Amino acid sequence: MTELHSLKFTVNSQTYEKQVEARLLLSDFLRHELGLSGTHVGCEHGVCGACTILFDGEPVRSCLMLAVQANGHELHTVESLGTPNKLHPLQEAFWEKHGLQCGYCTPGILMTLKAFLRENPTPTEAEVREALSGNLCRCTGYQNIVDAAMLAAEKLKA
Amino acid sequence: MKPSPFTYHAPETLKAALALKAEYGDEAKFLAGGQSLIPAMNFRATQPERLIDVNGLRELDFVKTEGAELRLGALTRVRRLERERLIKQWSPLLAETVPHIAHPQIRNRGTVGGSLAHADPAAELPVILLALNGRVRAQSTSGSRWLNADEFFITLFTTTLQADEMLVEVALPQLPARTGTAFLEVARRHGDYAMMGVAAVVTLNESGVCTSARLVYLNAGDKPMYAAQASAALNGHALTEASIAEAASLASSQEIEPMGNLHASPAFQRHLAAVLTKRALRLAAERAVA
Repeated sequence: MTELHSLKFTVNSQTYEKQVEARLLLSDFLRHELGLSGTHVGCEHGVCGACTILFDGEPVRSCLMLAVQANGHELHTVESLGTPNKLHPLQEAFWEKHGLQCGYCTPGILMTLKAFLRENPTPTEAEVREALSGNLCRCTGYQNIVDAAMLAAEKLKA
Repeated sequence: MKPSPFTYHAPETLKAALALKAEYGDEAKFLAGGQSLIPAMNFRATQPERLIDVNGLRELDFVKTEGAELRLGALTRVRRLERERLIKQWSPLLAETVPHIAHPQIRNRGTVGGSLAHADPAAELPVILLALNGRVRAQSTSGSRWLNADEFFITLFTTTLQADEMLVEVALPQLPARTGTAFLEVARRHGDYAMMGVAAVVTLNESGVCTSARLVYLNAGDKPMYAAQASAALNGHALTEASIAEAASLASSQEIEPMGNLHASPAFQRHLAAVLTKRALRLAAERAVA
């Protein structure tokens, strides 16, 4: 049962080779094995969205995947978006519109929006709300998150 | 909230996957999208000894037509159904339903075969399969067989799939001319488990008389619930406010057995069923002649 599996995959354009137990969740792998703690764990059953990352470019719940399933794939976490000195337009928009308070839900929301705005660069507010229906926020009441998303769409078009 | 230990297999061919399932039977569970299985394992509500990860079986990921049927491979991601133009053309009912299935992140991993084999009575795809009178193909090391929707779902999370079988393909029939469809559900948050949902399929003849109707309900019992009597009652009649109301009343009071949950009492679920039936039938009737 403690059989280890070899993995090789890229996270944020860096390649990693690791050996893991099959039951290790991808969210835990990213946080504990790779030290990428930007991906947060909220519910571990797929409803809160805090653990959302990009898997081959598509947003997925990392708490509902096993690390072994990432073998051979390309992952992106919130750490790929920008740096404190050079924020991604999405992050700038969240800063400007106060789209976060405690920040716990934010990484999942940013990754969801990154993929959404790529697919729908000129969304309506209703479309943004539907796109974010899989991400829960306890602090903000969502209005500033939606405003930030709309602002980010503008910034990304420019 | 971490899974208990298990042995993990990642077969590279369907043949290898089926051989593993034949060897280990109920000791092993297939891992496809994992959007229902892994939460259950995280809760330790299920503790399979072995997982057979079938995500490598790309040959099971397809959307195509074959004669008068739409054929979907079991490993087709639900998200693909949202994007594929063929789905919109061939099955407006399926196209209308898919955006209601959970959230985009779930739809990116969840599979058509997984949802049907898992047979959650609150899931949308089993309801659609039953409403369209579709069928699924089960394969094992001893062969392959087709199972009709009306014989596939037994009860909660239970289908007629045998311990050595894997659901590999889904077939949905093309609907006849002058057939309208509608899918409606009510959930507290878009994408959450619906408190009630209904799929309606009606065919009208040239005089506007219904020649065929199917009403199937979600989260209304221990499996997708087909309201046979209400559906039959519409046959031979025009879809008027009166005949629609009668069908809604019959279906919601006699033909569903909602169990209630945190968000809705059984009585409220029945009320929703009646309201949604009327709306769905009106919509389907409009679309049949459009």
